[in-house]
Amino acid sequence: MSSPDLNVRKVATLARLALSDEEVATFQDQLGRILEHIEHLKKLDVSDVEPTAHTYPVFNVTRDDVPGESLPREAFLGIAPRSANNLLIVPKVLE
Amino acid sequence: MDLTTLSAAELQAGFRAGQFTPVDAITALEKRIEAVEPQVQAFLSRDFEAAKKAAETADISLPLGGVPIGIKDVINVKGESCTAASKILTGYTSPYDATVITKLRAAGAIPFGRLNMDEFAMGSSTENSAYQVTRNPWDTSRIPGGSSGGSAAAVAALEVPATLGSDTGGSIRQPAALCGCVGLKPSYGRVSRYGLIAFASSLDQIGPFARTTKDCALLLNAIAGRDPRDSTSLDLPAEDFTSQLGSDLKGVKLGIPKEYFVDGMDARVRAKVEEAIRQCESAGAELVEISLPHTEYAVSVYYIIATAEASANLARFDGVRYGKRADQPKDLMDLYLRSREEGFGSEVKRRIILGTYVLSSGYYDAYYLRAQKVRTLIRRDFGAAYEKVDAIVCPTSPDLAFPIGERTSDPLRMYLADIFTIAANLAGICGISVPCGFVEEGGKQLPVGLQFLGKPLDDARLLGVADAYERLSGWNKQVAPLK
Repeated sequence: MSSPDLNVRKVATLARLALSDEEVATFQDQLGRILEHIEHLKKLDVSDVEPTAHTYPVFNVTRDDVPGESLPREAFLGIAPRSANNLLIVPKVLE
Repeated sequence: MDLTTLSAAELQAGFRAGQFTPVDAITALEKRIEAVEPQVQAFLSRDFEAAKKAAETADISLPLGGVPIGIKDVINVKGESCTAASKILTGYTSPYDATVITKLRAAGAIPFGRLNMDEFAMGSSTENSAYQVTRNPWDTSRIPGGSSGGSAAAVAALEVPATLGSDTGGSIRQPAALCGCVGLKPSYGRVSRYGLIAFASSLDQIGPFARTTKDCALLLNAIAGRDPRDSTSLDLPAEDFTSQLGSDLKGVKLGIPKEYFVDGMDARVRAKVEEAIRQCESAGAELVEISLPHTEYAVSVYYIIATAEASANLARFDGVRYGKRADQPKDLMDLYLRSREEGFGSEVKRRIILGTYVLSSGYYDAYYLRAQKVRTLIRRDFGAAYEKVDAIVCPTSPDLAFPIGERTSDPLRMYLADIFTIAANLAGICGISVPCGFVEEGGKQLPVGLQFLGKPLDDARLLGVADAYERLSGWNKQVAPLK
């Protein structure tokens, strides 16, 4: 079973996720079956229904603009896979 | 006296009466854990010496003073590992305490150990852990449920009196049911998620496991409340969640949703649940048949919304700031692609792809927006039901604990079994699972869970109803037959 619209390889790239050929085949099949199952939502008429994003809609939550204690920089640099000179190190982005 | 059989409340009473000390309690747990943990494998790690040190200075005058509480491996505890049972976080050490941990410490409790789970809380069996398979204490050839399987199994195996888990679609209530303990999902907004590794932010809620409803109420007292660091935590007047314990069921209106008693569930589970409901009726509860007409859509709505939110939340695991980074990346894109490929397990990848797809251009309206609209219909179903009843009573899971490995290749089948727990998260209501009997299979007794679902923010009453049933039935006193 395979959903015609779902291109697992393309979606995985959007999600910044490399997959093996075997994973692509397995997911194509499994997700195709899941997408087929959820098709039944289309039976419902929801034209006049507002979407729910959160069950208790709370808006514009702010806190007092008072400086609090922050974790020291070392706490974060210490858990990074690579750092130097108080910076996170990544491969070269610009030529 | 065997201290491992005592509830958190009983331990506290014993500490205060001078019968034994918090160090005695940790020593007893250490012995128990060393004896049964090789069979159960609930803990990813634990540090008895640190716990004893904390016990030596525990202030037993505090509400949970000196009580050890096990922690699901998705909640940050400063200085401890926190992997969400994923390889992508191997070697990560938390630089801070989650708010629930700060609050537990303020209540005198001792956060203890890291409990196994499905990777990033995605699963219903704890088989998706990248590290180990946790076993059901009632039959170690079976799964403990999930995703908080370690939290449930540790309580059921008397390894710790109470634990914290997280519930996005049933991840507290379902393992509590399958392991024969009590598990509470508080109402959305009750408990801060600051320091919880996010799965689906509109659904996630932290909650307790214990062997009594009273302990769950005590833990909720400790962890609930507004937190400026989680803008979804609600600013409500302080409440004592033990206030309705000890009441009875006389005149309590219990709704029986007809859609929750249909073919497809294990007939033996159904029989136990119906027996429990009759028992509630005999004790004076008024049974009211209700309808939750959009029940059949809940699983589909859930797997769209939860995966969409997960695909966004898990974008932070990029190999840059913490966690695993692939070796020798040739550029930044390669670093992202391979760090995530190597770090995430199959179920997590499957859900990231589904979530990315339902949010992608051209499909957003058809899947994600439509699911949010059907979510509104599901919420309305509950709103209408609660005009007629005080709480809803139903099964927690349609199945008993199944054999390890039985369903790993069939994700759809695994997802469909979440039918009775998912709607509570979509509707933001509170829910609790309590033991309601046992079914014999293969010479082993397997627990069955009864679920009560309460109105939004009606957690105190929900706990009162569950406590009343628990005192009537006494099923929570059964102990798993581990050697």
